[in-house]
Order: sequence, then structure tokens, then C-alpha cells
Amino acid sequence: MQDTADREEMLTVEIWRGREDGALQTYRVPRRESQTVLDVVTWVQRNEEPALAYRFACRVGMCGSCAMQVNGKPRWTCRTHVSRVAENGLLRIEPLANLPRIKDLATDMAPFFEKWQGARGRHEPTRTRHEPMAPVSSESPARKAANAGIECINCAVCYAACDVVGWDENYLGPAALNRAWTLANDERDADKAGLLQAVSQSGGCHSCHSHGSCVEHCPVGLNPTAGIAGLKRMTLAALMKGEL
Amino acid sequence: MLEARLYLLQRASAMLLVPLLLAHLVMILYAIEGGLSAAEILGRTRGNLLWAAFYGLFVTAVAMHAPIGLRNILREWTGWRGRSLDFATLGFGALLLGLGLRAVLAVTV
Ligand code: HEM
Ligand code: SF4
Ligand code: SF4
Ligand code: FES
Repeated sequence: MQDTADREEMLTVEIWRGREDGALQTYRVPRRESQTVLDVVTWVQRNEEPALAYRFACRVGMCGSCAMQVNGKPRWTCRTHVSRVAENGLLRIEPLANLPRIKDLATDMAPFFEKWQGARGRHEPTRTRHEPMAPVSSESPARKAANAGIECINCAVCYAACDVVGWDENYLGPAALNRAWTLANDERDADKAGLLQAVSQSGGCHSCHSHGSCVEHCPVGLNPTAGIAGLKRMTLAALMKGEL
Repeated sequence: MLEARLYLLQRASAMLLVPLLLAHLVMILYAIEGGLSAAEILGRTRGNLLWAAFYGLFVTAVAMHAPIGLRNILREWTGWRGRSLDFATLGFGALLLGLGLRAVLAVTV
């Protein structure tokens, strides 16, 4: 009897402790209704392991800081319900894949953001602040393409889900290339040639195999694969015109 | 930009390969089903410019397509990068082209 009650009420949670050379440690965590994976990690930190390192901020899927591997898959933990991902009452929580580990569940996000810079993921303005704002029709095809990709929360879930990121240390990855795609479709961006060159370097958009793991995992439903395919088309058009 | 060029070359050669490969397969089936002997086949291909052009184009497309794909695989599955890999890719392409053209010459000349 005790055994059944115990299995209904408790989760077995394995959490990565340490750096690259750490190990999984097992905790028993009470099961709650509408419990998220982040709730579980927080429970362990407050009740069992005060030194447990992990990141979160908003807890509502806005900030993109709480991503971890949950039972082998990258997920935003604040919006991932335990009921959806626990396998027979078991959760294995590890730091996000494809990034250097700092401590426990915290990874070093620097390479991820450096690649945004590598993909020229910053806006180069066509106007100064002293000029009037550029009129951009929300109906133009380019604006619609850009709009489809701009809600990225920089969580790096797609980066952790991408095999090519794991294989090629130079690969810019889905999020940075998705960002480049939104800029390539931004009529107010001044340096399209520079952008297309940045995404055509070794490890740029042409390294993507279009296998869609990023799309499958992106928690906000973006489609980096489509954006990368768009960049490939755009770079090929520029190449044919001798502009690349 | 090298990567964009290689990407273009590989996709363009793949598009070329689709009809060529299909025609090649149909040809094999026809030759086997029809029970053509080696001598009969050679009798049709020897001195035929059309066959020489068809298979010449075929081996050229393969010699462009396969090495670029192999370069991608090697970059992803080994630590091999940089100039030496590019030259090896070029070398493999030249090898495929040499072997392929030799075979084409053997049946058409
Ligand atoms: C109908 C003919 C063919 C078509 C349509 C075709 C198409 C393609 C495409 C689209 C890719 C890129 C895959 C990616 O980047 O994800 C590819 C890769 C590749 N192809 Fe072909 N191909 C054909 C024939 C061949 C032949 C005859 C060979 C070898 C002699 C070959 C060898 C390769 C290799 C080694 C790769 C690299 C694998 C990879 O990038 O995933 N292909 N092919
Ligand atoms: S589609 Fe491209 S970017 Fe997305 S996971 Fe696959 S290789 Fe990575
Ligand atoms: S594209 Fe999606 S998965 Fe990737 S960083 Fe942005 S929000 Fe996260
Ligand atoms: S804590 Fe902000 S997205 Fe999860």
C-alpha cells in the first residue's frame, strides 16, 4: 500500500551535478498538479540542494533563460508540464546540449550569442534618428516573411536540437540564421550584401540539411528551416548576379 | 563565396543526375530484358557520339556531385577542415572524372 501511494505521489528526478565531468544525482520530488519541470528543479534547490545552479527569470515563456534537456530533449522548462514529459514517473534533467557546461544545469551561452554576431544578426540602419521613420507596409511579402520569424526568445532550444551544431563547431545554427533571415527581409536594413556574405561563410546557411529538428523543438513555433532555405535561395540569387 | 558555389554546384549536378540516372536505369533494364550480349551493346555504343555525350555528362555530374557531398560528410564526422580537405575533395573529383571518362572511352571509342 505504502508503495503504491509512494509511486503516485513522488517523482524520481535525476539532475546533472557538476561540470563536464559531473554525474547524475537522484532526488525524490513530490508530484503536484500542473507542475512544470522548472517547479521540480526549484523544489530540489529549495529543499535538497541549496547549491544547485540553474537559470530562469520570467517563468512564463518570455525570457528564454530556462531551457534544459528533459529526458533527452531540449525544452523550455517553465512551460513544460511534468505530465507531458515524465516517463513512468521519471525525469532526467541535464544542461542544454551543444553548449559548454558551467555548473549543474547552467550552460555558457556565449558561443550561441557570438554566432548571432557571426550571422550579422544586428540591424544596420538606413536612416538616422533625425530622419522620419521608414514606412513599411505590413502587407509586403518581405515584411510578412520577417514577421514570421521575429518572435524568437533566444532560448537556444533549437541550437541544442540541431545535429549539425554538434558536428561542426563553425555552424551558425538555426536561431542566428533565423535572425539573419528576418533582417534580410527588413526593408530598413542597409547592408544586405554584408549579411549574405556573413551567412555564406563556412558553417553558414549552406551547412543546414533541412531536417527540421529545430522546427520540431522550437517552443514558440518558429520555422528556422524555412528561413534558412530562404537564405540559401537569396545567396544563390546573389551569386548568379555576381553580388556575392 | 566557396560554400555558396559548392552548394550551387552540388544541387545543379543533382538536378542533372535525376534524368540521367533514370535514363541509365531504363537502359540497363532494356539491355538485360532484351538479352543483349556484351558484343551487341558495344556494337551500339562504339563510335556513337550521342552515347559518348550522354555518359560523358553523367560522369562529369557525378564527379562534381559526390566529392562535394563527401566533403560535407568528412567535415561533420571528422575534425578534417581547411585547405587540405578542399584539395582532397578536388583530388577525389579528378579521380572520379578520370575513372569515369576512361570507362566512357572504353565503350564508345
Ligand atoms: C538522382 C541522383 C541524385 C540526386 C537527386 C542527389 C541529390 C543529393 C542532394 C540534394 C544532396 C544534399 C543532401 C543534404 O545536404 O542534406 C546529396 C548529397 C550527397 N550525394 Fe547525391 N544525389 C544523387 C546522386 C548521387 C550519386 C550518384 C552519388 C555518388 C556517386 C551521390 C553522392 C552524394 C553524397 C556523398 C552526398 C553527401 C551526403 C549529405 O550531404 O548528406 N549522390 N545528393
Ligand atoms: S533544419 Fe538545419 S538548422 Fe534546423 S536542426 Fe536541421 S540542420 Fe539544424
Ligand atoms: S528559434 Fe525558437 S528555439 Fe530557437 S532560440 Fe528562437 S525561440 Fe528558441
Ligand atoms: S523562465 Fe523565462 S522562458 Fe522559462
